[in-house]
Amino acid sequence: MSASPRFDVDALLHSSSIVVCCGAGGVGKTTTAAALALRAAEQGRKVCVLTIDPARRLAQAMGLTELDNSPRSVAGINTKDGGSLDAMMLDMKRTFDEIVLTHADPQRAEQILANPFYVSLSSSFAGTQEYMAMEKLGQLKATSAWDLIIVDTPPSRSALDFLDAPQRLGRFLDGRMIRILLAPAKAGGRGVMKMFTAGLSVFTNVLNRVLGAQTLKDLSLFVMSLETMFGGFRERADHTYRLLKEPGTAFIVVAVPERDALREAAYFVDRLGTERMPLAGLLLNRVHSSAVQGLSVQRSLAAAEQLDESGESPLTVATLRIHADLMATATRDQRMAQRFTAAHPGVRVVPVKAQATDVHDLDGLRRIGEEMAG
Amino acid sequence: MSDFPSVKLHVVTGKGGTGKTTVAGALALALAAGGRQVLLTEVEGRQGIAQMFDTAPLPYEERKVAVAPAGHSGQGGEVYALAVDPEAALIEYLEIFYNLRRAGSALKRFGAIDFATTIAPGLRDVLLTGKVMEAATRERRGGGRLYDAVVLDAPPTGRIARFLNVNAEVAGLARMGPVRQQADSVMNLLRSRRTAVHLVTVLEEMPAQETVDGVAELNAAGLPVGGVVVNMVRDALLPPDALGPAEAGQVDTDEIIRGLKAAGVDDAARYSDGLAEEVREHAGRVMLEDRERELLAELDRPMYELPLLTEAVDLSCLYELAGRLSDQGLT
Repeated sequence: MSASPRFDVDALLHSSSIVVCCGAGGVGKTTTAAALALRAAEQGRKVCVLTIDPARRLAQAMGLTELDNSPRSVAGINTKDGGSLDAMMLDMKRTFDEIVLTHADPQRAEQILANPFYVSLSSSFAGTQEYMAMEKLGQLKATSAWDLIIVDTPPSRSALDFLDAPQRLGRFLDGRMIRILLAPAKAGGRGVMKMFTAGLSVFTNVLNRVLGAQTLKDLSLFVMSLETMFGGFRERADHTYRLLKEPGTAFIVVAVPERDALREAAYFVDRLGTERMPLAGLLLNRVHSSAVQGLSVQRSLAAAEQLDESGESPLTVATLRIHADLMATATRDQRMAQRFTAAHPGVRVVPVKAQATDVHDLDGLRRIGEEMAG
Repeated sequence: MSDFPSVKLHVVTGKGGTGKTTVAGALALALAAGGRQVLLTEVEGRQGIAQMFDTAPLPYEERKVAVAPAGHSGQGGEVYALAVDPEAALIEYLEIFYNLRRAGSALKRFGAIDFATTIAPGLRDVLLTGKVMEAATRERRGGGRLYDAVVLDAPPTGRIARFLNVNAEVAGLARMGPVRQQADSVMNLLRSRRTAVHLVTVLEEMPAQETVDGVAELNAAGLPVGGVVVNMVRDALLPPDALGPAEAGQVDTDEIIRGLKAAGVDDAARYSDGLAEEVREHAGRVMLEDRERELLAELDRPMYELPLLTEAVDLSCLYELAGRLSDQGLT
């Protein structure tokens, strides 16, 4: 359908150790990640798939009913080639809690977990989810228990958030604001305030007035406990980021033939280029096509109209209109894909046919996997 | 006659890929018909409105983006647009309430705004919703353009209740003080009859299920659910009683061959099997759509349907969609 060459999905699944599926929300990233993971496992690899927010029935199909934030073996896969499939669903807050519990003594951990700012930060979607997805990926990778880890990315506002948010959060937790907030508390009072510029005192004044003194105190306490505990939030983020640049990592950008989704995909492809991160290609879901060649939209509609007027065969009239509709949609999809390819001629594309119904069992995932492999 | 005559603030949410921004744009145009002034706002920094109306990226400033067709009164209305960003909203807030312009720039210099929005998303959401509230509750005296209605292109369904329920989000962080007061007054507007939260969906399993979940969350948070807008609806091409058999693969290929021949298509037999398969898939999809429609109907909220547009959505399509929303009584 599209003029650009396909990428070899099976070769990718055999040679990679991390595959990241990214793209805008609602394009089928989770299903894609699951289908790739199943295919790799049934071809003999030991695979773990990290999903973020799977649809309920897909989660059930993969046995993701126990939310213990660690990978569980998926039943019902073909293991004759020696592969295995584990799956897990990211529990963002729990991942964060675990970091706290690992790095702080019990008493301090308790304080942190109860702090209102911690509660807000650890359950927020802006950035935390991405950071925790990266963190979890780092943890899974470190165990060396799998040949291949496939990562589904959070349904972010922008696909780029997956790359940017963890570092943003890391930078922020090591950042200037934190030091400013810590300074008075550390020095134990007013004396140190003299060192600050006029701008800063205006600033702390504002915080006091806008947030209230209690809130500022909660904030300082939270920041202080974080500081003593982590010391290297940014380093952790940087470390996982480097993992994404290592050989063996591949990105698959997932999209559907819609303007917004393809725009997000284009941003992401450009960004991967700038970062020198390895792009396998674009996986284009929900592409319509017709196996009936030779009956164009115009011809179908003209024939339908002719029959309709004479009152003959309503079934054929409906059939021709269904076909014309499908052909029109297929043409539109193709045009969207070509527009992307024209702007990104080097990017390989794998189209995946629009499924008549949602996928929620292993057979459905298997079929998609076969189609991806071409 | 509008289904929501008392509503001033229309919040539009929807799962990614359902066309939430398009519906928000169409709704703004529909509300502006007949000479009304409408503000369309976005809060996620995506510049979706600018792309939709084909204009340059919007600054933090209310800009006219479209003129609505004249209604019965003969007067066209206007749609203004505003991309709310938390930083600018905070600086404006400090200026208005504290007369602290300098403080705003100090905050910016220390990276405090980034800080606040990262560490406490509840605070960021108060700033964003606070600005939208300000536009929706402006009065004759004081600055700013007066609007008859404000439309908010809001975060997606999965996050909407949380985003709007600023009170709960802020409560833990600020038990008293100005931020808390601001959150309270935002909440008063959002929970009142002057607000409606509309959910955009398509007739597919996940978006429909998320809509059902979203409505439950909004109800639990005491936020007023408006209508359900079913987007991208395809024409029914088979009669209802033919769907079941067709889905089961009982498509009379002989009749299709006869029909094609009657219409002068040569080699009819070559096409018939492929066409029958397309009919079967079509029937399966329509039946799935009907099931999702029933699920949504159980929500017992007003439902509106918008057609699937085969071409990319441009301004003329938006006017068409706006007309459909009006005809069905949303505005």
